[in-house]
Amino acid sequence: MIEVGLNHFLVVSSILFSLGIYGVVTRKNAVMVLMGLELILNAANINFVAFAKYGNFGLGGQAMALFVIILAAAEAAIALAIVLNLYKTFTNVNVDEIDKLKE
Amino acid sequence: MSIYDVIFYLFAILTVGSGYLVVTSKNIVHAAFYLLFTLFGVAGLYVLLAADFLAIVQLMVYVGGILILLLFGVMLTNKVTDVKIRTGTIHIIPAVIGTGLLMGVIVSMMLRTNWKSEPGELLFTTTYGLGRILLTDYVLVFELLAMLLLIALIGAASIARRDNE
Amino acid sequence: MSELSIINISIIILLLPLVSFILLIFFGKKFPKLYLAGTGIVFVALALSIAVTFGMLTSYSGETLSLSFTWIDFGNVPSIGPLSIELGFEINNVTALMLFVVNLISALVHLYSIEYMRGDIRYTRYFAYLGIFTFSMLGIVITNNLLMMYIFWELVGLSSYLLIGFWFEKDSASDAGKKAFLVNRVGDIGMWIGILILFTHYKTFTFSTIFEQISLGNLPFDSASALTTAGILIFLGAVGKSAQFPLHVWLPDAMEGPTPVSALIHAATMVAAGVYLLVKIFVILTADAMLVIAVVGGVTAFVAATIALTQNDIKKVLAYSTVSQLGYMVLAVGVGAYAFAFFHLVTHAFFKACLFLGSGSVIHAMHHEQDIRFMGGLRKKMPLTYYTFLISTLAISGVPLFSGFLSKDGILAGTLAFGSLTGHWLLPIIGFTVAAMTAFYMFRLVIKTFHGEPRDKEKFAHAHESKWVMTAPLAVLSLLSIFIFYTPNPLSADAGWFLDKWVSTPQTVVPAEASFDFMQSGMDKHEIGLAQESGIVHSVQYTEAMHHAHYPAMFLSLILAGLGILIAFIFYQWKKVDLEKLTGKLNSLYKFSLNKWYIDEFYHATFIGGTLKSADVLSWFDYYIIDGIVNASASVTQFVSRLSGWFDNFVVDGLVNFTALFSGFIGLSFRRLQTGKVQTYIVFVVFAVLLLLLFFRPF
Repeated sequence: MIEVGLNHFLVVSSILFSLGIYGVVTRKNAVMVLMGLELILNAANINFVAFAKYGNFGLGGQAMALFVIILAAAEAAIALAIVLNLYKTFTNVNVDEIDKLKE
Repeated sequence: MSIYDVIFYLFAILTVGSGYLVVTSKNIVHAAFYLLFTLFGVAGLYVLLAADFLAIVQLMVYVGGILILLLFGVMLTNKVTDVKIRTGTIHIIPAVIGTGLLMGVIVSMMLRTNWKSEPGELLFTTTYGLGRILLTDYVLVFELLAMLLLIALIGAASIARRDNE
Repeated sequence: MSELSIINISIIILLLPLVSFILLIFFGKKFPKLYLAGTGIVFVALALSIAVTFGMLTSYSGETLSLSFTWIDFGNVPSIGPLSIELGFEINNVTALMLFVVNLISALVHLYSIEYMRGDIRYTRYFAYLGIFTFSMLGIVITNNLLMMYIFWELVGLSSYLLIGFWFEKDSASDAGKKAFLVNRVGDIGMWIGILILFTHYKTFTFSTIFEQISLGNLPFDSASALTTAGILIFLGAVGKSAQFPLHVWLPDAMEGPTPVSALIHAATMVAAGVYLLVKIFVILTADAMLVIAVVGGVTAFVAATIALTQNDIKKVLAYSTVSQLGYMVLAVGVGAYAFAFFHLVTHAFFKACLFLGSGSVIHAMHHEQDIRFMGGLRKKMPLTYYTFLISTLAISGVPLFSGFLSKDGILAGTLAFGSLTGHWLLPIIGFTVAAMTAFYMFRLVIKTFHGEPRDKEKFAHAHESKWVMTAPLAVLSLLSIFIFYTPNPLSADAGWFLDKWVSTPQTVVPAEASFDFMQSGMDKHEIGLAQESGIVHSVQYTEAMHHAHYPAMFLSLILAGLGILIAFIFYQWKKVDLEKLTGKLNSLYKFSLNKWYIDEFYHATFIGGTLKSADVLSWFDYYIIDGIVNASASVTQFVSRLSGWFDNFVVDGLVNFTALFSGFIGLSFRRLQTGKVQTYIVFVVFAVLLLLLFFRPF
């Protein structure tokens, strides 16, 4: 077994990213979709931090990951507000049934 | 195999395994809890990557904030007492194929690429350095993000209680 | 009076009735009293025409005064040469007398109509029509060319049509108007062709120029037969207008018009226009043309007289009598008795107008009863009408002391002379027979109307003498039927001023080989002019024959007239003969005459029936052949359009629909992609990214 290096982290992040995509695509519940999104963001963050360490870029990568976390927080807040609104409007939060824009 | 490697694999398995459970579990509340583990695993990975401050932030913001927020969302939009906090799934087959292929492609891409790799010296703590660059090199982004966060919070509140007007 | 003033006054006379017409037709509705102005205008014209006639006969007797002007100058027409159309007027003795006759009768009829037409709904329009008729008639009289003659000829036809159909509410009246117009057209077409034959050759319409050219030996198309043809064709116009056989059928029907109109137009003036035309063109008539004219005139006189024998309608009797007398005049022209033709025209105009107006008076008194079988005994009720009617009847019957005797005697002498010179003895025989018949049917009319016992007591009780405006014209006209106005000698007109001084036969201009020998004077062309002033220019031969024929003709006609009158009295006054039996014995002849020789029926069967039949044939042709072709082409078009419609429906539309369907299908298939579901889109995005990655192969 080779020593853990950059590639390992990248593979982890790739798997996490794919799982996030899978979650976003398959789940009906809007909250679950949001969870998938968090996975994707985390996968991205892992990449940032991993490159920051192995690429010798100083702390820029970490700062970027920090920003992403902040954005994720904002996104989560907004998204949940929207979900609440959706619930009030449609009495459910199933994303596949909310296709009013289609008409 | 060093301790470092063992710890990595531990966290990696935790992260990926609970991530898998997040996206597959039928119960939302369960999924939320699995997400907690995923996020925790990611925080562990941060530590392994010498990002101590970030790991703490990950735990505080994600686990303490976002996850709770998500749980609130679950609670507010589902009848918890029903116990039927299960959600259906769609596109299973295309999603499995698509994401499987995607994963394979990305992983192979990651592995095949000859990344520039020259590990620098490991800092004992990054808090000082991060604070420095946040208020120097990235001050503008920092301030804008602060503003964005404020706007997002107010906006979220506004959107969530819109129909009360 | 100077020459110019005579012409000018004549033109004024011509225009005065037109003024009356325009006034009445445009302002008649607003000013109903305007008919008095119209009548006044015609009387002014009468006064002027008396002046012109007087001036003409005293100062310029025998001369021809004319005034010409160029109407249209075509300049130098290619392949024809210089061409211009000249119009103009000419006055000679005949014209002047005609002016007087027309104006006199017109004026008297105007006067008479004031009473006769009173209460009619189109009172002023009636006078307007009288005005335009008088205008047209005067136009015929004073023109000096064939074109104007033709134009006024048609105007006369038009006004005749208007007046016959004046009571157009009655179907019979409007039908009669149409019939008159159409029958006249037949003749007029012939006349127009005749005029064009002359015009084509001589490039002028003017009488004097044409006559001069012919006298110089310049014949139309260099053949005497062309001249004959032209003469006969122009005579066709006279056949139509003067109601000669076989175009006489319109005149009896024209009696549907108001009676004064019948007097003016269908007795005295318009129908005389044909004779006047013959008098005008007398000099260019060839021997053949004259023979045709004589035969037509003779046949007309005979046919009409036989019909008149049995008619029961007072106006119909007079109408056929008119046709018969017109036949006399035409016969006279045909046999060369030019002067007597015109003389008879004038005398006939007076006494026939008097007869018609008298009959109008009777009809008026009898409340529009026209059948003589319901009359009788009116002598006591209407003495003035009776006596004037009687005088006119005596005149037309050829009794001495009256004008008719003089003119008819002349005509009969002319036919006798013609017979003796050419051997055509049938014409005098017809002439004398007709004279006897005329006397018979005229006295039959008088006896049945005025003598005996009234047959319709109720109407008789209401009958009364007409007012003076109606009787005055009768008196004037009957006075003019007395010999003294024409000649001092009651037995012969030859020495009278009418024939001796006023009217003399002009010298024919037809080349000797184409005319009767006796028509040639044998004198040199230059002497003719001199001879015209002195009176008779006729060949010595003819004049002598006339003289020889005079006394036999006179005695014969006297005997025959007396015989006719006697028979009429035996039949109707003394009733010595059982008429029922007689008509029973001669049933077929009687029916033949009563039904007017079945000419109308014949025309109906041939011309009208033929026209209808040919119309049927044409309609059949139209219906089956033309329509068939049209329908066939329609069917073909329909078939083609069906085909193209099918092609459109199935091929073009099919393509279009297929395209649409295909697009729709594609759209429907792709529509499934547009689910509106975010997650589906993300699946697509995933696959798209995969594709991109596979494409670029970064790994």
